Amino acid sequence: MSWSEMQPLLSQACWDTLYMVGWSTLIAVVAGLPLGVLLVLTDRGGLLQNVVANKVIGQLVNVARSMPFIILMVALMTFTRWVTGTTIGRDAAIVPLAIGAIPFFARLVETAVREVDGGLVEAVQSMGGNTWTIVRKVLVPESLPSLIAGTTTTIVALIGYSAMAGTVGAGGLGDIAIRYGYQRFETQLMWITVAILAVVISVIQFAGDFAARALHRRGGRGGPGPRLRLLKAEEPAAADVTRAAAPGDTAPGDAAPADVSKVA
Amino acid sequence: MITTSGLTKVYRSRGREVTALDGVDLHVREGEVFGVIGQSGAGKSSLIRCVNLLERPTSGTVTVAGRDLTALAGRGPRAGRELRQARSRIGMVFQHFNLLSSRTVRDNVELPLEILGASGRERSRRALELLDLVGLADKAGAYPAQLSGGQKQRVGIARALAGDPKVLLSDEATSALDPETTRSILQLLRDLNRQLGLTVLLITHEMDVVKSICDSAALMEKGRIVESGTVSELLATPGSQLAAALFPVGGDATGEDRTVVDVTFHGEAATQPVISQLARTYNIDISILGAAIDTVGGLQVGRMRIELPGRYEDNVVPIGFLREQGLQIDVVDGGDHAADAPADRALLVKEGAK
Repeated sequence: MSWSEMQPLLSQACWDTLYMVGWSTLIAVVAGLPLGVLLVLTDRGGLLQNVVANKVIGQLVNVARSMPFIILMVALMTFTRWVTGTTIGRDAAIVPLAIGAIPFFARLVETAVREVDGGLVEAVQSMGGNTWTIVRKVLVPESLPSLIAGTTTTIVALIGYSAMAGTVGAGGLGDIAIRYGYQRFETQLMWITVAILAVVISVIQFAGDFAARALHRRGGRGGPGPRLRLLKAEEPAAADVTRAAAPGDTAPGDAAPADVSKVA
Repeated sequence: MITTSGLTKVYRSRGREVTALDGVDLHVREGEVFGVIGQSGAGKSSLIRCVNLLERPTSGTVTVAGRDLTALAGRGPRAGRELRQARSRIGMVFQHFNLLSSRTVRDNVELPLEILGASGRERSRRALELLDLVGLADKAGAYPAQLSGGQKQRVGIARALAGDPKVLLSDEATSALDPETTRSILQLLRDLNRQLGLTVLLITHEMDVVKSICDSAALMEKGRIVESGTVSELLATPGSQLAAALFPVGGDATGEDRTVVDVTFHGEAATQPVISQLARTYNIDISILGAAIDTVGGLQVGRMRIELPGRYEDNVVPIGFLREQGLQIDVVDGGDHAADAPADRALLVKEGAK
């Protein structure tokens, strides 16, 4: 296969992947953020403590998360048809991708929000703030670096899931690698796809890390965000000295490994 | 200004009950600095959290500025609008500052004003004014992480004042700070108390805090208030643990047949040469085991631990003489009270030293 043949295939595949991953990330963030916050708020000792709701949401999230994506895609076909009018193609793939990513992102949000120092919540309560104020002015802004890191993780996971979207004819880089690279022995094309995927993932990871770290630095807490440390196992940054001045800060990243290992 | 009556807080977890507050009656007068002191686990934190109902008391009432907050609270765990409004009139400062790391110093101070719904211009005017008041006008654009502990607490204080409160609650506000910074923060609190007529309720485990700024103090033990009163009342109370801890004098009896007496001078009596009078009148030898003069709650106080020869029974007359001079006399030797009191004192002093 010559480059002139491969080039349109690849550019179309890149575009397909970005389209699917972009939309599903957007939906996952929009739906996962409130879900994750709700998981924290309704938990025992939370601001909206509601053990039943917490158990129900938690269970839903667990079931959805443990479902292999390919099965989720098949299982959701009726729903997909109801939403998009079809079960094949790019748009149809967005539905299961988004639904698979919502609980995933919700768990990441939950861990991020849990890391926010309870003292801050108490401070805002003592000022007369209500729960909505606390969510808007404390929980989300204070966990923003971790939320961004979580979004990065979600995007990377979605790129992985999207490889399976080829099974419903949605195209994308993963689909090219399987159909041409594996089934037609176009080894060269497969390696190009792999290289593109590697580059795309690196760029996204870099951009995410950069944004999270920039926010952290603004907050001045120094060092990479909790999630970043797990993904990259970096040595603690020199700026950690500034942390010592704030003994009230909670230690980062206790419950995170479980979430990240799923991606890895 | 702040009154609690029969305040009880019981924590239940996994079938176990822990009584943090056991019928606390506290009265803080308007415009005073009131210190609650006690060891860790004595219930101080629960008490101050119950005052603005961050912690719901199991029973009892809390009245702040004439409003019964416990009645506003309602039944559910969530704070209703009225309680939230009342809270916005009570400032609170925390041990670990609790500043939002994602906001600048100025935005942190503006936060309570945002909650109160002040306009943008009003907010920034007030925030800069408050930062000026606490001496941090030049740090308005900095992030909390760029500040030292003392500066962070100043921001915390400015933030607590943003809602124009009449009452300030201070939850171990100086416990995370070094002695020098502690002094400057206490000075600031004292100034605010005087300038703004702010009523301050503070809890602490450091005796020095009570000593340097409190008008009144209470000692908490196991969820109960064991002693309370104005500092001068406490100093005038015979056998007061708080007075002894506020103003410790050391020294043990040198032998078996001795009587050790703590003499506290304040007010008029401080100017009289009573010890030499005592020695001349009764012709006895007096050894001084320890002595100090200090300012406690704005009062000049002297305390001396002296030793008289002979047992207590032999010294009834000289001790009576000292009492007649208007001095406060605590006999340290003998008796049940003396056996356990020094241990308590030692503990309190140790807490203070931490």
